[in-house]
Amino acid sequence: MIRLNRLPGVLRAVAAFVAILILIGIAWEAAKWLAGDPLRHTPWGVVDPPHIPPFVIKQFNDTNLPHVWDVIGAFFQPATRNSQFSLGAVLIDAAVFTGRNALVGFGIGALFGLLLAVVFVRSRLLERALVPYVIASQTVPIIALAPMLVLWVGTGWTSVALVSAYLTFFPVTIAGIRGLTSPDPRALELMRSYAARWSTVLWKVRFPAALPYLFTAAKISATASVVGAIVGEEPTGIRGGLGRAILEFNTQYTTGPQKLWATVMVAAALGIVFFAAVRLTEMIVLRDRAASGEP
Amino acid sequence: MHRAPDPIVRMESVEKRFNAGGATTAALSDIDLRIRPGEFVSLIGPSGCGKSTLLRIIADLIEPTAGKVEVNGKAAARARHDRDYGMVFQAPVLFDWRTIEANVELPLEVMGVARGERRRRRDEMLALVELSEFGAYYPWQLSGGMQQRAAIARALAFEPKLLLMDEPFGALDEMTRERMNDELLRIWERTGTTIVFVTHSIPEAVFLSSRVVVMTPRPGRITSLIEVDLPRPRNEATRESEGYFELVTAVREALRTAHGGTIPEAAPLVSDEPAGIG
Amino acid sequence: MNPRALGEGMTATSSRRRTRGRIAYYLPAIAVFLGGLALWELAVRIFSIERFLLPAPSAIAGAFADNAEELLNAGLTTLVEAAGGFAIGLIAGLVVAFLTARFAFARGALMPFAIAANAIPIVAFAPIANSWFGIISPLSKMMIVALLVFFPVMINVVRVLTSAEPAALELMRSYASSDWTVVRKVRIPAALPYFFTALKVSATLSLIGAIVGEYFGGASEALGRIIVENAAFLRFSTAWAAIIIAAALGIAFYLIIVALERLVMPWHASVRGREV
Repeated sequence: MIRLNRLPGVLRAVAAFVAILILIGIAWEAAKWLAGDPLRHTPWGVVDPPHIPPFVIKQFNDTNLPHVWDVIGAFFQPATRNSQFSLGAVLIDAAVFTGRNALVGFGIGALFGLLLAVVFVRSRLLERALVPYVIASQTVPIIALAPMLVLWVGTGWTSVALVSAYLTFFPVTIAGIRGLTSPDPRALELMRSYAARWSTVLWKVRFPAALPYLFTAAKISATASVVGAIVGEEPTGIRGGLGRAILEFNTQYTTGPQKLWATVMVAAALGIVFFAAVRLTEMIVLRDRAASGEP
Repeated sequence: MHRAPDPIVRMESVEKRFNAGGATTAALSDIDLRIRPGEFVSLIGPSGCGKSTLLRIIADLIEPTAGKVEVNGKAAARARHDRDYGMVFQAPVLFDWRTIEANVELPLEVMGVARGERRRRRDEMLALVELSEFGAYYPWQLSGGMQQRAAIARALAFEPKLLLMDEPFGALDEMTRERMNDELLRIWERTGTTIVFVTHSIPEAVFLSSRVVVMTPRPGRITSLIEVDLPRPRNEATRESEGYFELVTAVREALRTAHGGTIPEAAPLVSDEPAGIG
Repeated sequence: MNPRALGEGMTATSSRRRTRGRIAYYLPAIAVFLGGLALWELAVRIFSIERFLLPAPSAIAGAFADNAEELLNAGLTTLVEAAGGFAIGLIAGLVVAFLTARFAFARGALMPFAIAANAIPIVAFAPIANSWFGIISPLSKMMIVALLVFFPVMINVVRVLTSAEPAALELMRSYASSDWTVVRKVRIPAALPYFFTALKVSATLSLIGAIVGEYFGGASEALGRIIVENAAFLRFSTAWAAIIIAAALGIAFYLIIVALERLVMPWHASVRGREV
C-alpha cells in the first residue's frame, strides 16, 4: 500500500477507482452469499449441495441483484433472443449514439450558457431581471417538457440535443458570471487607463480569469448532458440510444435483470468518460496554473 | 547581592534548516538568546533574516534542527501545551463567524474555562484594549486597527506570561501604527507580560523596546543586542528626543555593518513573507 | 460610539429605506414575469396557436382550477418523496464525508470514486430502484433522490472540511487544541457557506429526481405520473399545470434552504458579494 504513494496522481486515482470497484464486487457477492437466493450454478461449476444463505433480504435475490458474473456474462450473449449481435456490441453502439447527442447538447448548452453569462455581466439590469427565471428554469423537470419539445421541433436528434443542452447551460451560466466578475478590480482599472473597449477587456482579462470556474462547471455539465441525452430519448421515441435500451430492458427485467444492469454500467461508463474528458482538457489548458488538487 | 531572575526564554545554539525541493536553506544558525521576565524585546532585521522563524520556534510551531529552547523553564512543546504564551500575527486571524466577544473568548473555550469566568476575563480584556462597546460586532465591521486590538485582547485573555507578536502592526498606516504602539505600551505596563516583538520598522523597535535584537540573513544570525535606556513612560516627547534619534541611528548602523557595509534590502511596509520563513 | 467614525463600519440605513431598496432590486424581475405572462397570453390568441402546442396561461389556470384537488394531492406526494430522499441523502452524505475527511487513506481512495460516481446518470437507476423498493411505494423514488443528493453533499463537505485557512490552524495549534476541537471550532463554521450552496443545488435536484423516478412508474397520484398521463392524451393544459406546480415546489424548497442559511449564518449574508 505504501508503494502506491510514489505513483503520480492520475495513476493513483485510477488504481484507487479500480480497487474500490473490486471491493464493491466482493461486497456484492458477499451480500448475496449471506442473504440472497440459494446458489446452485457458477461459471466455474455446479455448487453441490447448493449454498443456502442464512438470511433472506428481498433486495439481494437473483432478480434484484444478479450475480456479478451473470452481468458480465450478459455482455457476451446475444442482445435479444433472435439478435446476431452480442449485448456488448449493441450497448457500445448505443453509447456512441447517445454520446454523440450528448456532445452536441453539451456544445450548444455550454455556448449558450457562456453567452448568457456575458450578457448578464454586461448588463446588471438584465441580470436582475432574468436570473431568477434562469434559476427557476432548472426547477422545471425537463423530462416533462420533452414531449412538447418534440411537437415544436420535430422528432430526431435535435430535440434530444436540446434536452441535453437544457441541463447543461445552467452550471455554465452561474460559474460564468462568477468567473467573469472575479478579476482583481485593479486589473480592470488598468485596462480602463488604456481606454480599452469592453470587448477587449472581456477577451483579455475576464475570460482567462473565468476559465477555472468554467472548467469546474463543465465537469458538472458533462454529466448533466449525458443525463439529458438519455432522458430525452424516451419522449422523442428515438431508437438506437442508451435511453431506449434502458426502457426496453426494463420491460424484460423479471426475466433478464442482468441486461438492465449491464446497460446501467455502460451508461455509468459513458458519464465517467465525459467527465474524464473534461478533466483531461482542464489539465492541459490550465497546466500552468495552481492545481485544483482533485483527481 | 540579589540573583537575576531566570530567563523566561532561553535559546542555546539553535539552528534551523529548511529543505525546499532538494536545496537546503539555513534559516537560522547559532542563535543564543536570553530574555528576562517583564522585558520588551524587539527582533529586527531585513526580509529573510529568520526573525519570524525564531518566533515560531519559541512558540513550538516549528522545531529547531539543532539546539535547545526553553520557555518558562520548560521545553518549548511543554510550554505550548501549558499555554504559557499568547501569539499575535500580522493578520488578525479573527473568525468571521464569531462576534468580537466570541473571538476573544476562543482560547478560554478551548482551555475549558467555565462560562462565568470566561465572560469576566473577556470583558476585562475588551476594556483593556478599549473595545468594550464593540463586543457584539463582527470583525468585518471594524477597522484594521480595531481588529488587531481584538487579536491582542484574545492573546492576553488567558493571562500568559509571554506574548509573541509577529509584525502585528505591519498592515496598518503610520498614524494608526503609532497609536497602536502607545496602546501596546500601556497594556504592557498594566499586565507586566514579557513581550517578544518582531518588526521591520527601526523607529517602532526603538520606541517600544527595552532591548533590540539585530539580525541579518543568509544565514539568520543575531549580530548585536542594543539596550534601549530611554525613560518610561514613553510618549510623543520620546519620539522627538535626542536619545531616541541616537538609538535609531545606532540600530541602523548595526544593520548596515552586519551586512558588510551595504544597506540591507529595503524593508517592505507590509511583510509578505510566508509564515515560518524569514 | 459609531464605528464609522473609526473605520469602515455598518451603514446605518433606516429599515424603511432598506425595504424600498429591496423592492426596487426585484422590480425588473417582477416586470419580466408580468410582461412575459401577458405576452404569452397575447401570442397564443393572436397567432391562434393550437392548444396542444402551447396552451395559453388562461387555459392552464383553468385546468388547475378543474383539477385542483388532484393536483395538490399529487404535489404533496411528490414533495414527500423529494423531502424524504433529500433527508436520507443528506444524512448519508454527511456521515460518509466526516468519516472520509477523518481518515486520510480513505480520502485518497474514496474521493476519485465519489467524483466519478457523481458522473453516473441517475436516471439509469430508476428502473432498478423501482424493482428493489416497489414501484408503487414512495420509498423507491426517495432512494433515487437520495442517490442524487448523496454524492454532491459528500464531495463538497469533504473538500471543505479538509481545506481550512493555514493561519487559523496555526492559531489553534498555539492553543494546543485537540483535532476534534479544531473541527468543531474552525472547520465546521468555515464549511457552512459551501455546505449551504451544495444544499441549494440538491434541493432543486430532489424535486426533479422524484419526478424522473415517477416517470418510470409509480402511484398515479404523483406529479410525474400526472404529467406523463396527460401528455400522452394531449391534455397539455393539465400537464403544464402539474409542471408549474413542480417548478413552484422546487423554488419553494430552494427558498426554504435560503431562509435556513440566513438563520444559521447571520454573519454571512452581509459579507457575501453577489451570490446565487
